[in-house]
Amino acid sequence: MQAELIEIRNHLAQHAPFDEMPEELLDRIVSDIEIAYFRAGTDILKLGERNAYLYYVRSGAVEIYRRSGELYNRITEGEIFGQFGLLMNKTVRFPAKAIEDSLIYLIPDEIFQYLWENDDNFTDFVEIEDHSRLRSALSRREKSNQPMTARVTRLISREPVMAPNTVRLQEAARIMTDQGVSALLLMDENGDSPRLSGIITDRDLRTRALCEALPSETPISDIMTDDLITTNSSSFIFEAMLTMLHNNIHHLPVMDGDKVRGVIALSDIVKHESQSSLYLVSNIYHQQDVKGLKRLSKEVPNTFVRMVREDANSHMIGSAMAGIGRSFSQRLLELGEEKLGPPPIPYCFMALGSMARDEQLVVTDQDNAMVLDDSFDPAQHDEYFLALAKFVSDGLAECGYTYCTGDIMATNQKWRQPLRVWKEYFADWIENPKAEALLNSNIFFDLDGIYGRTEYTEELKTLIAERASNSQRFLAMLARNALNRTPPLGFFRTFVMEESGKQAKTFNLKRRGTAPVSDLIRVHALARGSRAQNTFNRLKAIGETKLIPEDGVDNLRDAFEFIAIVRIRHQALAIEAGREPDNNVRPEDLSPFERSHLKDAFQVVSQAQKFLKFRYHAQVGRNV
Amino acid sequence: MSDEQEHAGSEALTETLSWPERYRELAEKAKDPRLKAFYEAGCVAPETPVKDVPFVAVDFETTGLDPDKHSIVSIGVVPFTLGRVQLGGSRHWLVKPQLPLHQTSITIHGITHTDIGKAPDLEEVLDEVLESLAGRIPVVHYRSIERPFLNMALKWRIGEEICFPVMDTMAIEAHLHPNRKLTWWQKLKGQQPVSIRLGDSRLRYGLPHYPPHNALVDALASAELLMAQIQHHFSPETPIRDLWL
Repeated sequence: MQAELIEIRNHLAQHAPFDEMPEELLDRIVSDIEIAYFRAGTDILKLGERNAYLYYVRSGAVEIYRRSGELYNRITEGEIFGQFGLLMNKTVRFPAKAIEDSLIYLIPDEIFQYLWENDDNFTDFVEIEDHSRLRSALSRREKSNQPMTARVTRLISREPVMAPNTVRLQEAARIMTDQGVSALLLMDENGDSPRLSGIITDRDLRTRALCEALPSETPISDIMTDDLITTNSSSFIFEAMLTMLHNNIHHLPVMDGDKVRGVIALSDIVKHESQSSLYLVSNIYHQQDVKGLKRLSKEVPNTFVRMVREDANSHMIGSAMAGIGRSFSQRLLELGEEKLGPPPIPYCFMALGSMARDEQLVVTDQDNAMVLDDSFDPAQHDEYFLALAKFVSDGLAECGYTYCTGDIMATNQKWRQPLRVWKEYFADWIENPKAEALLNSNIFFDLDGIYGRTEYTEELKTLIAERASNSQRFLAMLARNALNRTPPLGFFRTFVMEESGKQAKTFNLKRRGTAPVSDLIRVHALARGSRAQNTFNRLKAIGETKLIPEDGVDNLRDAFEFIAIVRIRHQALAIEAGREPDNNVRPEDLSPFERSHLKDAFQVVSQAQKFLKFRYHAQVGRNV
Repeated sequence: MSDEQEHAGSEALTETLSWPERYRELAEKAKDPRLKAFYEAGCVAPETPVKDVPFVAVDFETTGLDPDKHSIVSIGVVPFTLGRVQLGGSRHWLVKPQLPLHQTSITIHGITHTDIGKAPDLEEVLDEVLESLAGRIPVVHYRSIERPFLNMALKWRIGEEICFPVMDTMAIEAHLHPNRKLTWWQKLKGQQPVSIRLGDSRLRYGLPHYPPHNALVDALASAELLMAQIQHHFSPETPIRDLWL
């Protein structure tokens, strides 16, 4: 290698699997590299074509597709592709296309084969990229450097930049300039120790100060954001990401109790996690029409698979998928409002069921509702809200969130009502419980306001939290319903399968696995008066009381996680294999490891159901 | 020598003779065997589509900008076609300048007296340099350096001149951005003029930043830039005569 090409060697040396190679080997690789440039939109590899190179992205971005044309992966700077074909018969198995202008380094097959045979680290890397990575993922331990399991504190690179909240506008701007930060924390120094009271960002200075031509002596407290959204130093990077996207903010203070640890910016996360669900979510907000959203929705399964590969747990995956679903809904609502004009009265768009619980997966229908302002006049306003609901519901269906078969959607007039009517609904469900009616309204007890006046949903949550815990009849009825679906305990002796047609030799991991758990945990959470929606968070709330024995809570959490993750992997494998993902598992698909642990998990669920029956006097088959 | 002067001579000739014809003629006239071999390797026909043209990106680091007063310090060459750069074929030579190194140029290209002390005279590597250019169309970023400097170096050493067509990636950028002078109003608004420097031009095509002022890396940088320019603004079928200068 010409010594002058050290720049290229150094780039390789920064990226796996080249990062562990000795310099001499890298020099040899560089000497044989060929370089090609691909303009955005051009094909790099076509299916079936001969190929004798390993591709390394020096700059730009490339998408890899399946035979079916479905997106398989997105590759960016420092990543490789083309290895599958080299390992098979030098024929392209996964076509590739440049989605940005891309400079590609091509490593000849001869070198690839040499590395493959002589460098174990390289071989592992390339192999793990293959499906085996997915299959072995279940038993692998979470690694601390995985994007899904890294904590926000890893992104904090400096001490927080703070100023008293009494400073003037110009002084604040000067501090930000001197310190080179795009956000300044403002502290209330009146108490014993300074307390975080607000934040001001570059964008705020532009929109709130410059645009309004405010004098430089304006107190910063006049324009700072004081209803602060923060995150805890123990939270995961992905959680921080969702918080920012959820609230459309770009800076997030990280707290240790009352003390500020630092501030992280959305751009820090983008840098940290170049191929995350973030790419997808931030793109959702850039789409200008339903067609664009539909196109983007094709990537959701891919994001899902990637999270599974990265060893995310079910809580992370469920939250990320729910976050993506929310983002689609929110963007559709924005587009709907653009199309139909601003809403005549305030309203809140509410997610129900798995999205509200942050437990969404890839196979999911839409469950939503609208809570309208109490000034709602059907004759005057309903035409607008029906049109908006229809726009969103149709858009979601386009994006793969199928219509709800039970018609629990805002397009149904019954679920498009003013707040007072919603309060009546809930009061009626709780105070005059009827088993049949409750079975259908179960889903409304997992609710989350995702757009507009979310405080309407909060009012409903308060109502539920206050009244549900006091209605023994309601809890008993709910408990009884929660016992309708039992785990397939006999599964491991004589297979107990779903009886209907096509899936005759399978059992449903949702209906007989995760759903019974979230159902029974909902009952305990409502009894405790908890406002939590997510099953894990509800479990935490339950754990703080003596509703169920302490180890019962831990066991339930583990059981739920295990069943959920088996279900998730089952779906990821189906996507990987190009099949339609579902919840139906064939026993022979499970590893001995999964079988034995599923058996334990189902036993835990069964015990918990027995306890639920006892605790709330819920007799199956008759009303109490 | 100004750009226009450097250029005028060759243009007058191209009107009468095409480049391949001139190469044949010059091959006969050339006395130095190395120069003769260079011309004998020939030049592609003017109607050849750019996609079929063998190129070689060339970059010199020099002690200054004036070929009459300054000398070549290093040479980098990277053979390529529009489809592929072959890094294996790239070469880099340090050569001893005839005139002392200027302090300012040291700070630009980082080549010091110590490096130069051991370097050969260009004469000693001339066969290799000409060989690397033979049969290929040189690609440079800013044509007023490589051609006139090489011409001057040969004149001094072998008493003969050299001429060849070049592709100038800077001229292409200049052509794409004709209005680089800002109006007073644009200046008032603090607008920056479009830069056609190598590094800045590359950014417009999504090409990565390479550290500048090393002859080989700069040659590679202009090879990649030409690939990108053709893909964005021209057809691979464009005849080479439309682009060479």
